[in-house]
Amino acid sequence: MARELWKGNEALAEAAIRAGVEAFFGYPITPQTELLEYMARRMPELGRAFLQAESEIAAINMVYGAACAGARAMTSSSSPGISLMQEGLSYIAGSETPCVVVDIMRGGPGLGNIQPGQADYFQLTRSAGHGDFHPLVLAPATVQEAVDLTYISFDLAFQYRTIVIIAGDGALGQMMEPVEMPPMREISQERPDWALTGVDDRPPRTITSLYLDADELERTNLRLQEKLQRVAANEQRWESYMTDDAEFLVVAFGTVARIARSAVRTARAAGIRVGLFRPISLWPYPAAALDQIVSRVQGVLVAEMNAGQMLEDVRMIVRGRVPIRFLGRMGGVIPMPDEIAAEISHIARVNHRSNGSNGKSPLSERSTVL
Amino acid sequence: METSIIISGFGGQGALFAGQLLAYAAMDSGKEVTWIPSYGPEMRGGTAHCTVVIGDEQIGAPLVRNPDCVIAMNLPSVDKYESLIKAGGRLVYDSTLIKRALRRDDIAATSVPAHDIALRCGSQQLVNIAMLGALIALCPLVELSAIEQALRTHLPQRHAELLRPNILALHAGAAYAEERKVASSQG
Repeated sequence: MARELWKGNEALAEAAIRAGVEAFFGYPITPQTELLEYMARRMPELGRAFLQAESEIAAINMVYGAACAGARAMTSSSSPGISLMQEGLSYIAGSETPCVVVDIMRGGPGLGNIQPGQADYFQLTRSAGHGDFHPLVLAPATVQEAVDLTYISFDLAFQYRTIVIIAGDGALGQMMEPVEMPPMREISQERPDWALTGVDDRPPRTITSLYLDADELERTNLRLQEKLQRVAANEQRWESYMTDDAEFLVVAFGTVARIARSAVRTARAAGIRVGLFRPISLWPYPAAALDQIVSRVQGVLVAEMNAGQMLEDVRMIVRGRVPIRFLGRMGGVIPMPDEIAAEISHIARVNHRSNGSNGKSPLSERSTVL
Repeated sequence: METSIIISGFGGQGALFAGQLLAYAAMDSGKEVTWIPSYGPEMRGGTAHCTVVIGDEQIGAPLVRNPDCVIAMNLPSVDKYESLIKAGGRLVYDSTLIKRALRRDDIAATSVPAHDIALRCGSQQLVNIAMLGALIALCPLVELSAIEQALRTHLPQRHAELLRPNILALHAGAAYAEERKVASSQG
């Protein structure tokens, strides 16, 4: 199949269509609006449901309704819109209905701006709503990967009856890259055995997140937790780049990871043995894989477009074994490859100096907030 | 090996479209490529730019601080990017709109009367394509024919009557830059 040049937002939409999305509900917000626009055009063409809701709150509740009926339903938004969806996402998680949500993150907090950001990391990975749950969060770094992850996202959502969030940012949504689109899938008319399809000749089914009896709600929570453990065990995804002989490691996700990739190449050309660890699943975090690499390196640099959110996961995994340095840009500012390369050189230089003296590293964790 | 190109001008001058043509041409030539626009609250009359990165393997950063090549279609673009171009890099600018002397002597700079070329080819809307033609003549990122093919495939239907003028402007811009190259090599 030939490669075509696709804009991130439109590629995400087409990938969802090819994965068999049956219903899309959304509300426009930059920098994700092209996804909605594309759906507005394509879904009716294919005889599928598209509806621009009156708000993000309405959109996520429409997704909830379609999901209860066993349909492949999705929505997309950007940071402030995702905040509005939190109640609905919690209800969806509590009633174990599957859906796919795309978050093309922008600068925050508040209305912020429309430039790229990664400051929804806590919001997405730490539950995306009240109550004990985690959505499965996938963070593509290229338009092709955004397509590939979206293509499998509905299967994952239905397999675990969970929310799958595709976490991109404004840069990924707006940029164009060559993409090989996967084939169009047939939409299955078969509905899962929990779906509300209208009582005919079977006992009625109930989908709810309301359990007034504490013991019953705790049992529901225990079942949810057991499921999340299965997701955590089975669905960790990551990429490591030049880590085999690495003395130093950069950890970054999404757009920042691909920028870090350039910085790693620059640093390698300057003789620094550095690699890149890129979590693809932000929840579940690929902890074991990172742990293994960390055990072989002498220093870690975490780079994000936020004030240090994934940094907390990395700290838990590193557990003080090696120094961690942090580079964070905020407010829609994108770190440039030379900034990350400079941080890598700094780590290598400090490490070299300390090895020359008493062997104790003076490189303590510090934040570079510019 | 990656080459980064920034194309910058007033909103409405077609900086983003010229970048897309370059990206299509690069992809169709079997290269890896990224295209990313500035997407702030731009409007007609404001400044818009895009960054294209072309390489042989998966592109890392789609954005760069110090580009290899810049096409500047207005004065604010020269003011912004002249100092940022890599040493030894290339600046192609529209001499019709940009009258000030350049400050760098460690970059290859070429002035192109793109506005005049565009008008001669039939429309002032062709400045972007004349500039792109000039850049490709000076810096063989892709074949000129690949850009021409991209124009044929991707010029929006509503501008169909501008296809021939676009192709003309592409080649006229390239021819102008070629002439300048020959002239400068002869001292």
